[in-house]
Amino acid sequence: MANGSKQIVDFAKIKATMADPYKHPVQVIDREGKVVNPDILAKYSDDQLVDFMKKMVWERTLHEQTMNFSRQGRLGFYAPTAGEEASEMGSVTAFKEQDFLAPAYRDLPQMIQHGTTVAKGFLWSKGHVEGNIHENKNMLFPQIIIGAQYVETAGVALGIKKNKDKDRVAFVYTGDGGTSQGDWYEGVNFTSAFQAPAVFFVQNNGWAISVPRYKQTAAETLAQKAVAMGVPSVQVDGMDIVAVHEVSKLAREYAAAGNGPVVIETLTYRFGAHSSAGDDPSRYRTKEEEKPWFDADPLIRMRKVLTDKKLWSQDQEDKLVEQYKDDFKEAMKEAEAAPAQKVSDFLKWTYNVPTPSVKKQIAEFEAKESK
Amino acid sequence: MAKMTYIKAITSGLDQVLNDDPKTLIFGEDVGKNGGVFRTTVGLQDKYGEDRVFDTPLAESGILGLAIGLALTGWRPIPEIQFMGFTFEAMDGIVGQLARDHYRFGGTKNFPVTIRTPFGGGTHTAEMHADNLENYFVSTPGLRVVTPANPYDAKGMIISAVESDDPVLFMENLKLYRSMKDEVPDDKYTVPLDSAKVVREGKDITIVAYSAEVNESLKAADALAKDNIDAEVIDLRSLSPIDTDTIFASIDKTHKVVVVQEAQKMAGVGAQVASDIAEEKIMSLDAPIGRVAAPDSVYPFAQAENDWIPNADDIEAKARDIFNY
Repeated sequence: MANGSKQIVDFAKIKATMADPYKHPVQVIDREGKVVNPDILAKYSDDQLVDFMKKMVWERTLHEQTMNFSRQGRLGFYAPTAGEEASEMGSVTAFKEQDFLAPAYRDLPQMIQHGTTVAKGFLWSKGHVEGNIHENKNMLFPQIIIGAQYVETAGVALGIKKNKDKDRVAFVYTGDGGTSQGDWYEGVNFTSAFQAPAVFFVQNNGWAISVPRYKQTAAETLAQKAVAMGVPSVQVDGMDIVAVHEVSKLAREYAAAGNGPVVIETLTYRFGAHSSAGDDPSRYRTKEEEKPWFDADPLIRMRKVLTDKKLWSQDQEDKLVEQYKDDFKEAMKEAEAAPAQKVSDFLKWTYNVPTPSVKKQIAEFEAKESK
Repeated sequence: MAKMTYIKAITSGLDQVLNDDPKTLIFGEDVGKNGGVFRTTVGLQDKYGEDRVFDTPLAESGILGLAIGLALTGWRPIPEIQFMGFTFEAMDGIVGQLARDHYRFGGTKNFPVTIRTPFGGGTHTAEMHADNLENYFVSTPGLRVVTPANPYDAKGMIISAVESDDPVLFMENLKLYRSMKDEVPDDKYTVPLDSAKVVREGKDITIVAYSAEVNESLKAADALAKDNIDAEVIDLRSLSPIDTDTIFASIDKTHKVVVVQEAQKMAGVGAQVASDIAEEKIMSLDAPIGRVAAPDSVYPFAQAENDWIPNADDIEAKARDIFNY
């Protein structure tokens, strides 16, 4: 074939255009607080918008209070959430009580919004079984093995479908790094193959501990990965709570109607460290990188929209912060009052019907514990 | 009562549990229309429908995730991992998640999942199809590991496994699938998940074995009997937990023991049995504990597997050594 003649396939062109459907992340309010999609904003009442802001202030205060508690040695492993308030609160508020949440370790705020208590969240962080038990609430515990919650969501969604539950979906979170896991693909693909009702969130906060997003994959967006599984997906401005909520609501409706799953990539940023356990972001990222993201703070833009509408004041926010701080201190007291755990209980829970050697060990530990 | 192969007995047991409990589900690779690559689930999709017996995409970790999520929504899953060598792909699902979940929820949620998986050497399979991988699973708290050695136990134990509210790894021996037939009742019966069985009574020496090595041990016992050595053979049936009561009672009678396994020798079921005996019954022994196991190499290339798998001759020789000690 002569040079320059048309080839049967043009890989360069395919590669250059594969992210085309994802060129414009969904946005309602831009980083300056300007409403770029007034039609969508008009669907929300003043009360709803104020409630969004309250929830973000709540999550930011929770973050700050947990950092204090961590410094005081009163929490165990805790994953900071500042910066991700719009992504977390905007998404979780689109779901109903009957929906099943499969969280990862950065998703305690969504768990609390979905019905468990702050004290339970603290108990999970402190390493107490009560932090895993959310009876009559539709949720798992925060998953530590990145990706496991994705394959389990496939099962929950299929179970919902087989139970013929109406108006019920599963929803699940991971981060940008999580999309590199085999379980991520298996979870989304199984759910798609079974056309089961689930919404998969990828909170792309730019960093998997110290590894930047671009090192995870050559794909331009994480949302486009869903295409390979036959799943519709969207990228949304994860610092814009109205945009996140709107796409989450639509995704939920789509999945609940029996159309199969949806993948949502929220573009957000982890303002703080990976965890409270000694991670220092200054080792791997620069102030120049952080600055534009700090300026994109989801609270700043929502504060501006509400202030312009005369629905919000600094005084009101300061009072809320104090109230939330008091709530979190109360929750910490409750968590600290939880009964000490017993090894004999751990043994009792290992099997439904304890094996003979476990029975023997239960007796040994009960004897020790009664001394 | 009909004469049934080991594989037919498992099919019959699965038929029973699908019939008894509408919440039971069978799923995995090729288990639907094809009835499994060995035909263990043959006919079940036709009988119970694609909602209850269905094929999954080809991904073992996904299969385990599916099982856990289905259990969370009230189902009683019976996933199949097509060959035990493929359980490595589902290791987090089995060991990191499923086995720990009842504990994680402080005993408030049950995960009644029965994972069926074929294993065992001697049928000249491709690599990673025959390995005895039970050693990885018996050290996992929260998981029961069982393996029947005959058709009667196969049916009774698969029913018990599915009815158990604990997760069970149910290992099916490839070589036994069609090589032996037993009288197996058509009606429902169960065989306990945590008890060993004396399959041949004897007074001179105890041979503890499981799965295909039970038959090899019985052959060895017949050979020993010609020289008036009366061996008792115990089929462990359950690898986790191990029924030490049955083993100890036998040792109190024979005072000599050989522990047999098809798996490599290092740190496995045989080592645990030997350790339990040493811990509790060493004063009852008149000889060291004998062990018969595969050598500590990687599972052999198929052409040479019969040189590697411990057989009746190996067991007989070791039993003579211990008997004559």
